[in-house]
Amino acid sequence: MAPPKRRHRVNLKDEDMTPSIETESAAALVFDTAQTPVQRVRSVLHRYPALSPAVVLLISVIVFGMLNERFLLPANLSLITQQVAIVGTVALAQTLIILTAGIDLSVGTAMVLASMVMAVAASENGVAAPVALLMGLVVGLLSGLLNGMLVTKLKLPPFIVTLGTYSIFLALTLLYSKGSTVRGSDMPAIMTWTGKSFPVGGVSVSYGVVIMFVLYVIVAWALVTTAWGRHVYAVGDDPEAARLAGVRTTWVLRSVYISAGSIIAIAAWLQIGRTSAASPNAGADLNLDSITAVVIGGTSLFGGRGTVWGTLLGALIVGVFRNGLSLAGLDVLYQTLAVGILVIVAVSVDQWIRKAR
Amino acid sequence: MATTTASAANMAAPSVAAPGTEAPGTAAPITEGVTPVLTARGLVKTYGRVVGLDGVDLDLYPGEVLAIIGDNGAGKSTLIKCLTGAEIADAGTIELDGKRVQFRRPEDAKEHGIEAVYQNLAVSPALDVASNLFLGREIRKAGVLGSLLRQLDTKKMRERTREELKRLGITTLQDVTVPIESLSGGQRQAVAVARAAAFGSKVVVLDEPTAALGVRESGQVLDLVRRLRDAGTPVILISHNMPQVFEVADRIHIQRLGRCAATITPQSHSRTDAVAIMTGALEG
Repeated sequence: MAPPKRRHRVNLKDEDMTPSIETESAAALVFDTAQTPVQRVRSVLHRYPALSPAVVLLISVIVFGMLNERFLLPANLSLITQQVAIVGTVALAQTLIILTAGIDLSVGTAMVLASMVMAVAASENGVAAPVALLMGLVVGLLSGLLNGMLVTKLKLPPFIVTLGTYSIFLALTLLYSKGSTVRGSDMPAIMTWTGKSFPVGGVSVSYGVVIMFVLYVIVAWALVTTAWGRHVYAVGDDPEAARLAGVRTTWVLRSVYISAGSIIAIAAWLQIGRTSAASPNAGADLNLDSITAVVIGGTSLFGGRGTVWGTLLGALIVGVFRNGLSLAGLDVLYQTLAVGILVIVAVSVDQWIRKAR
Repeated sequence: MATTTASAANMAAPSVAAPGTEAPGTAAPITEGVTPVLTARGLVKTYGRVVGLDGVDLDLYPGEVLAIIGDNGAGKSTLIKCLTGAEIADAGTIELDGKRVQFRRPEDAKEHGIEAVYQNLAVSPALDVASNLFLGREIRKAGVLGSLLRQLDTKKMRERTREELKRLGITTLQDVTVPIESLSGGQRQAVAVARAAAFGSKVVVLDEPTAALGVRESGQVLDLVRRLRDAGTPVILISHNMPQVFEVADRIHIQRLGRCAATITPQSHSRTDAVAIMTGALEG
């Protein structure tokens, strides 16, 4: 197909100045050209990557609401947010890493390791709950540091590094916990506080959901308003260009992995609260679930593009689909099928949007 | 103009005899009795058993455009990478304004006012024009918002970007908030050059700035180079394009097999001579 014709609008004011260059420069204006409606939609979606998941979420809420009147009940919506809180928090960490063109397969097992350290310390070792939480946070941070050092020092691909640490954290968890689950009732109340709820105008909101939301605000704020945020995007976009521009790419990468590890440790606390237990066998699948949320949220796996709000929407879309389909009486297998299709559609749409100029 | 700067510095400056640049025809008026801004002596850089630079000397004088030409693998890019801190030379010295300097990272060179635009690696496509211009040296907000919360002053950076583009006469970029990837090749290169020009107080280095551009866009970039020089900033320009080199350069440094084969001027030698020296058919 022939490319669409471009019309150039010449700015008359510019023409008064040095003539030869100015007429040339008017012709070089690319964004000042006529676009077809489809192209315009595409470039808007390109500029606001969280827009397409927002539209998908809105449509799916409306559709599931029409399919089953129980879907839109406050209690059900509250349940969805609680179900989304853990994967949403882990996906926040995953977003940071994917923005740097990395991937973290170890998020799930790192979270379980942190949760077991918290739970065992607080119950069996009799450590004060805040200290136990802090220990879990340190474990999460160290897991991130390990990934970050392996990625930056040995210059191994993040996929390989985290594939290895995925197994390492899993094994450490089982060794440390001896394979046994710690019940919530054996832990101090603070440990399971994240699962408790408070009412907001008839809807019960869990503290875990609030914590997740606060984390999103903090990370979004850091990404948008600080130099560090710009550097995260620049490193994911083109690490060599960023380095030559004076960005300390190694430092940025390490800080990203460490931040992700810390966020994962907080997710571990949410997990203990939500399930009122710490089980060494839970959550290993969170790596794929979190990547799913990130991808549906419109963040590019090639790095440098995406927003954390897109990820939150992505996690909510998965939650809404699972909940809505089960309310519609469909088997769990169909939920998984639907999520699979969603991922492929999301990435295809993303590729299409990327072609926008 | 360049020559005025040169004669002003004439008195104080002791003539620097360049050992190693024994090429005839080197004596262009611009270099006589003037202290070079940037001097490199005996730069050596090896990659394993491959010799990138084999003892290269280079002088850059105030207010000149120095072109570096040479065949593929002659060491052009390696040379400027060593001059700008992107690579560390194994041996040799670099002096800036007569003072010995050592660059371990690009930031070190930047701190000394040496800015470079590297081939194909100029910009971050997903970031907007202003973010690219200030990448690596963002301006933070004044007060607590900036110092404690590390908040960026986006408005100020955009304003400064507009000013800088205007100063350089780049009128093709009206909107500094658009991501680089939505710009044409020439506009991208203009952003990269503008960044170098904005912060390169001493030297601006451009590696093949016109390689991916059409004729018209190349013309715009070369125009920028001239404007930079006329504003007093010396420019090192790497190019494969012989007509462009002869059009814009004051002097031409010819790299061959990791060494400086000759330093000529467009007046002293023809294009054919330059190519002959480049390929070794003619002794510099």
